Amino acid sequence: MTYQSSVDQVVADRAPTATEPILRVSGLTVTLGGSAILHGVTFDVAATGVTALLGRNGVGKTTTVKSVLGLHPIGGVVSFAGTDLSTLPTHRIARLGIGYVPEDRAVFAGLTVEENLRLAEPARAAPRYDFVYELFPVLRERARQPAGTLSGGEQQMLALGRVLLGPARLLLIDEPTKGLSPKYAGQVALALGRIAQQVPILLVEQNLAVVRRMARDAVVLDMGRVVHTGDARDLLADPSLTNRLLGVSAAPVHSTTAKPAPAAAPAADLEAGAW
Amino acid sequence: MVSTLILLSATGLGLAALYFLVASGLSLIFGLMDVLNFAHGAFVAVGGYAAWTVADHVAGGFGLGLALIAAVAGGAALAALTELFIIRPLYARPLDQVLATVGLGLAIPALLQAVWGADPRTWTLPGWLAGTVNLLGAHIPTVRFVLIAAALALLGGLRLLLARTRAGLVVRAGVENREMVAALGIDVHRAFTGVFALGGAAAGLAGLLDGLYQGSISPGDGTSLLIFAFVVVVLGRMGSLTGTAVASAAVGLVQQFANYLSPNLGDESVVILLAAVLLLRRRDLKGRPA
Repeated sequence: MTYQSSVDQVVADRAPTATEPILRVSGLTVTLGGSAILHGVTFDVAATGVTALLGRNGVGKTTTVKSVLGLHPIGGVVSFAGTDLSTLPTHRIARLGIGYVPEDRAVFAGLTVEENLRLAEPARAAPRYDFVYELFPVLRERARQPAGTLSGGEQQMLALGRVLLGPARLLLIDEPTKGLSPKYAGQVALALGRIAQQVPILLVEQNLAVVRRMARDAVVLDMGRVVHTGDARDLLADPSLTNRLLGVSAAPVHSTTAKPAPAAAPAADLEAGAW
Repeated sequence: MVSTLILLSATGLGLAALYFLVASGLSLIFGLMDVLNFAHGAFVAVGGYAAWTVADHVAGGFGLGLALIAAVAGGAALAALTELFIIRPLYARPLDQVLATVGLGLAIPALLQAVWGADPRTWTLPGWLAGTVNLLGAHIPTVRFVLIAAALALLGGLRLLLARTRAGLVVRAGVENREMVAALGIDVHRAFTGVFALGGAAAGLAGLLDGLYQGSISPGDGTSLLIFAFVVVVLGRMGSLTGTAVASAAVGLVQQFANYLSPNLGDESVVILLAAVLLLRRRDLKGRPA
C-alpha cells in the first residue's frame, strides 16, 4: 500500500463524524507578570482535522497554546481526551501525545539535526523516522549539520519532524509559515496538509491562505477572550467579519485574475506560487 | 629565569585546575537551570572535611583512595539534597532561591567550624605525593600535577558525557531551551538533580585537592575558591565547558604572574581582567548578544 492510499484510508476512517473533541479548554485564565492575559477562554478542538486559532497580534494565541502544555500556571480546565491537564507538569502532558511546534521553532541550535531528532524520540514507541524523512527528506541530508545553521524553513521542518517521531495524538503548531520565503511556506503548508490527515492540529496561523486551505474550524481570540467560533471557510468568506475580527481583508480569491487586497497579497503569492 | 617561568606556570595551572573543578559545576548549573549557586563553596568545604576525616583515620595511599571517594560522594550527596529540598521548591521564586543558596553557603562552613574548629586541619601527604618533580630545573610539587591531571580528566569526562550520552544530550538541549525539552516529554528536573550532583561531586573533589595543595583545610576554604570560580564562570560564559576551562587557565596564570610581580597584585589583576572583559564584551552571561 502506498503512503497516499494509506492516508486516504485513514481519512476515510475518520470521515467527518460528530466524535468527542480531543481537547476541551474551558474558562482558561492566565496571569503573567501581574497582568491578566486570558480571561476565561473556552473552545474545543475537534478530534480530526485542523482547528485554527486566529486573532490579531497580542490577543493571547501563543499564551493559550503554551497554557495547554502546562508552560504557564493557569486557572480553568484543560482536558485532553478526558484527562485533566491543569495539574500535570509539561513533560507528562507531552507524553500523553501532545506535540508542540512553537512560534520560534525552538530547534536546539547547537545540536545537530540528528541529535534534535534523537532527543525527541518517544520513550515507549519505535520512532517513526521513515515517516519523518519521507515528509522532509532534507532532514536526512542534513543530519550531521548543527540545527542553528539550517534555513528558517528547514528549521521549521525539523521542529515539525521532531513532534512526528512519536505517536502524536494532537499537535499544537504556532505560526509555522511565519517569516518563511514563499517557497518554504508552500512546502511547510503542504506538509501540514498531509500531517493533518493523520493527527488533529490546533493551528495558530496569520497566513489566511494556509488557514483557508486546511482549517475546518476557527476560533478567534480578541483581548484574551474568544469572540468567534465556527466554520473556518464561512469566517474567511465574510469580509466584514474577518476585517472586524482579524483586522485584515480576506476575501476569497476566486480567480487568478482577481486583484487581491493589499493585506492578502502574501497569501495570494502563496496560493499562486506554491501549489 | 626559565625555571621561574615554569614554576609560575605550573602553580598557575594547578590553581586553574581547582578553579575549573569548582567552576565547571557552577557553569553547568547556571547554564541549565539559571541558578546562581552560592552554596557551591560549601560543597567544596564538605568534600574537603569528609576527605580529611577519612584520611585521618586510615593512613597511606589506601586512606587517600577512601578519602577521594568520601570527597566525591559527600559533595554529590549534599548537592543532590540541596537541589531536591532547597532549590526545587523555589524554581518559581528565583530571588528567594539565590538567597537560600547564600544562606546555605554561610551555614555549612559555620557548622563545619562548630564540629572541627576554626583552626586549619593539617594534611599529611603520603611520601610519593609529598615530593617535587624536577622540570627543566624547576622543582614543582607533585601535587600540582595531580591537580592538573584531575582537572583534565574531569574536562575530558564531562565532554564525553555531554557529547555521547542521552543524559548529555538532554543537558545540552536544556542549556539552550528548558521549556522545549520538557515539551518533548523529557523530565528536565531529573537532569537538574543529576547536574547538581555532578557539580557537587567535582566540588567535593576540589575540596580534597585544595587540602592537598595547601597542606591543610579550614572551614572558609570553599568560599574563597568560590569567588574566583564565579569570575571564571563569568569570563568563560555560563554553560560553556570549553570556555570555563580556558577562563580557569587564564585566571590562574594571570593571578600567579601578577603575584610574582608584586604580592597582592594577583587578586586585583583578576578583578581587572573581569571588569575589562565585561566592559568589552557585548554579550550576556550565556554568550547571547546583549
